[in-house]
Amino acid sequence: MPTSSIDELIERDGGGGAGYHGPFGNGDDWSGNPGIPQRTYVTGMILAVGGILMFFMALVSAWVVRRGFPNSDWQPIALPRILWLNTVILVASSFTLARSRHSLIAGRDTDSRHWWGVTTILGALFLVGQLLAWRQMFAAGLFLATNPSSSFFYVFTAAHGLHVLGGIAALLLVAWHSPRRLTRETATHVVALYWHFLSALWLIIFALFLLEA
Amino acid sequence: MSSNPQVADSVTHAPNSLLRRYVFSTDHKIIGLQYFFLALAAVTIGVILSLLMRFHLVWPAAHLPFIAGGIMTPEQYLALVTMHGTIMVFFVLTTAPQSAFGNYFLPLQIGAPDMAFPRLNMFSFWLTFLAFVVMLSAFFVPGGAPISGWTAYPPLSGLGEVTGPGEGIGQSLWVASILIFCVASLLGSINFLSTTIDMRAPGMTLTRMPLTVWAWFVTAILSLLAFSVLFAGGILLVLDRVAATSFFLPAGLVVSGEVQTHGGGSPLLWQHLFWFFGHPEVYIAILPGMGVVSHILANFSRKPVFGYRAMAFALCAIGFLGFLVWGHHMFVSGMNPYSGLTFSLLTVSIGVPSAVKTFNWLGTLWGGKIQFHSPMLFAIGFVSFFVTGGLSGIFLAQPAIDTELHATYYVVGHFHIVMGVAAIFGIFAATYYWFPKMFGRRMNESLGKFHFWLTFAGVYCIFMPMHFVGIAGGIRRYADATGATYLAALQPLHQFMTIAAFVTAAAQLIFFYNFFRSLKKGEAASANPWNATTLEWITASPPPSDNFGGRFPRVHRGPYEYSVPGATQDFLPQHLAPEALGSANKEPNNAN
Repeated sequence: MPTSSIDELIERDGGGGAGYHGPFGNGDDWSGNPGIPQRTYVTGMILAVGGILMFFMALVSAWVVRRGFPNSDWQPIALPRILWLNTVILVASSFTLARSRHSLIAGRDTDSRHWWGVTTILGALFLVGQLLAWRQMFAAGLFLATNPSSSFFYVFTAAHGLHVLGGIAALLLVAWHSPRRLTRETATHVVALYWHFLSALWLIIFALFLLEA
Repeated sequence: MSSNPQVADSVTHAPNSLLRRYVFSTDHKIIGLQYFFLALAAVTIGVILSLLMRFHLVWPAAHLPFIAGGIMTPEQYLALVTMHGTIMVFFVLTTAPQSAFGNYFLPLQIGAPDMAFPRLNMFSFWLTFLAFVVMLSAFFVPGGAPISGWTAYPPLSGLGEVTGPGEGIGQSLWVASILIFCVASLLGSINFLSTTIDMRAPGMTLTRMPLTVWAWFVTAILSLLAFSVLFAGGILLVLDRVAATSFFLPAGLVVSGEVQTHGGGSPLLWQHLFWFFGHPEVYIAILPGMGVVSHILANFSRKPVFGYRAMAFALCAIGFLGFLVWGHHMFVSGMNPYSGLTFSLLTVSIGVPSAVKTFNWLGTLWGGKIQFHSPMLFAIGFVSFFVTGGLSGIFLAQPAIDTELHATYYVVGHFHIVMGVAAIFGIFAATYYWFPKMFGRRMNESLGKFHFWLTFAGVYCIFMPMHFVGIAGGIRRYADATGATYLAALQPLHQFMTIAAFVTAAAQLIFFYNFFRSLKKGEAASANPWNATTLEWITASPPPSDNFGGRFPRVHRGPYEYSVPGATQDFLPQHLAPEALGSANKEPNNAN
């Protein structure tokens, strides 16, 4: 930007309410600063969930297509049994988070923080479980490039796991640091939306794996 | 709406440090300008690459001092093709119409203080900038820029250096850049959608939104759904390149005498994922232009947009259908003829909402008091290119004809006119139209008109002959066509196109001169120099940091109330209260 218009910008800016009053003087209708409404953060999260869902749908469609090739080199893999336990842990974490949010709305703050903490721990346990599942895969000689089925297994679990990691970061962030622009209710709502989505997403991915095995 | 005083405060005052204010700014207007100048740099590089290609096509044996070895190799030519396409599609056609103008004018037009997530907005820009730097760095690594085209088809793009120079590090940088760009676009689209859904001023109902806002909204939906798919495809491509997986790489490949270890994958899978993004991408480039053109045609015809609701609906219909036609890029991939027929029918059906738009643009012009300012000329030019390029698209939508023309210059002519130049004319129209608002000064009208006529004629001279070259069998992507007799016969046409390209590119210097000179020396602009109705024109030029100077408009009427019967003013701003219409009849226009 050239200096002249920057100067002008600053000059006009400094004027505070200075500005253009319109051709019709007092006929123009003005109101106060609306700020950023809290529901915007919920809207943003719903949209983000839509984008993430589309990302996983692309992977699922690739999975379906790659698996369905005639004369395919696809070999089904034996799923690590720990995935069942991980699934139970993740679904449980959704329930504890729902309980935490419910407590917050009901005004039971200590209760809410308690269940929030339990959710975070369950989330971390889920990730540890997923890593153990990977270890079982390695032990069975199934690596990323071993077979298309194992390739997809690692892609799905890694992509989902990274999203869960982000969710844990959000849980910790909201627990320890109250956001500047969001109320605690909004922050809880937004994190819960994301977390429940990841649980549901895992159920779908797991169901695909089961279908396969 | 909750009004948190802390929040209101933070959006009212601009930060004091220069770095926070102009570099790492969270102000949507500054971010919009950053995107604009990024696109300006990108389009300059993209045009230079295309001139090198045109030069080489006509004088393939010419010595070029800046090329290693002096004479351009076919691989270097393909690197130019790849980088020209990539830079133009991602960093110009996606960045300028949506990210630049959308960022600057969406909050202003809906009466909001900023985007919904200002810091996320800043992050999106810097990610885009990083993606651009990573993309350009591909020129400077061993092997140079990738040669697999902007579509990066495997196996060429998936095997690494063995498939050619630039397919090693260069192609890796290309994929990395695209992945970063995807994230930036996804975050940007979430911001655009949230802002449009939740930040509209009181009274700004959906049917009072300017068509530009509708266009940015639909484009953001397309970005959200398309870039996430490209991101998924890009991840799988990276794994094929670095982790020896076989998503896209078939078994039994022998490249340069080497047997490849990959097995069982399918290049067609990439094509499906890529074009599921790639076709909506065409509309990501052109829809904002459609919005801008509708906006400008109404303004300078002094008439409401003809069939406003049909226009908004047509934008949505084009966006929706855009997701169902990706297969028409793959007619020659050996797909089932019934699939081809389905994609063909869906493709030609886009002609219906497109015709609605064109008819309504003409309807808006019809009987208007037309003012031929520079933005108006470019808007009309957009309509011309959209119709021309759209008509050749109907031919290509037939699988039987596409099979013949797919690998020829016909396709190059088609998509450059409809996606490239039409969208660029939308960008030019927007630049001439909003320059006074963005910089508080006006661009020179005579230079603007001169620029328009040279560019308009020049572009047709470049791209119309390509259709004839293509029908005659001129094959695209060939670095040197002088070898084959039937292709050598087309060389005079190529010479004409190359000369036209250089003249048209030179004409852009007029634009650059006009633009940068007007920044400093242009005539000072009033708040509403075009006597327009929408909310960006009711604030100062350029707008203050909080957009409306500590207050926010309430909206009472539609976006295009021009020449309303009974009113003495021929335009009624959107925030004009109904009871004020009486005074509007008495007071003369004293804009600023």
